[in-house]
Amino acid sequence: MNIADDDRLGAQLRRAVPPVPDHDATLGRDLWPEMRRRLAQPEARRRGLWLDWTLAAAAMIAFILTPEVIPALLYLL
Amino acid sequence: MDLLARFARGDDDAFESLFRRFQEPVYGWIVRIVRDRAAAEDLTVETFWRIHQARARFDPARGFEGWARRIATNLALSHLRSLRPLVPLEENDPPAGDSRDPAVDQETREQLRRAFARLSPKLRVTATLALIEETPYREIADALGVSENAVKLRVFRAVRELRKSLQRMGVER
Repeated sequence: MNIADDDRLGAQLRRAVPPVPDHDATLGRDLWPEMRRRLAQPEARRRGLWLDWTLAAAAMIAFILTPEVIPALLYLL
Repeated sequence: MDLLARFARGDDDAFESLFRRFQEPVYGWIVRIVRDRAAAEDLTVETFWRIHQARARFDPARGFEGWARRIATNLALSHLRSLRPLVPLEENDPPAGDSRDPAVDQETREQLRRAFARLSPKLRVTATLALIEETPYREIADALGVSENAVKLRVFRAVRELRKSLQRMGVER
């Protein structure tokens, strides 16, 4: 395989999965009203943060108990 | 005091100004990664929510857009990890005026699409930005919080995995 092959694959990939057209990458509306609603829900989010921390702690414990899975996970992620 | 400094000190008017100024580029960045408009809108709001929560840690000297883009990229990556398989942006027809290679027929495109959807989210995001959207490696590296060499390595691995998948499908030798 060489650079020309890679370029050819890149071109094929762009035909199979085309770039997002500019009109689809443009926001059609103002998201500020949703942002304000979201900012008005701090309690629910705090509960969500607790869940995040709990999951992170569970993951840390799992890694300590089974460190051999870490390289495999890093590769897959 | 300038806008970024006011935002870092918790000024909500400054946050609104930054939101209005940057919602468009942040959305544009996210939609190119997740390729789903509704999800990109939700993730844009989520990005700014996290920015708002983390404003005390923001360093005005380092600029806002890069920071926002990095948070947006992490969220987009998490979103892709929660999805199986890739959600296409409606039916992705080639752009108008695209000169098609006759050797690359519909079947090949479908196989390639499937192979691409099977890449890990980390490789898919890098390959989407580098190979499909043709974003400069420097920008991708900043958004992912990795070095340019790490981006090149991920692109290399993505290409290698695509080739392996295509070989298994009998598309490439």
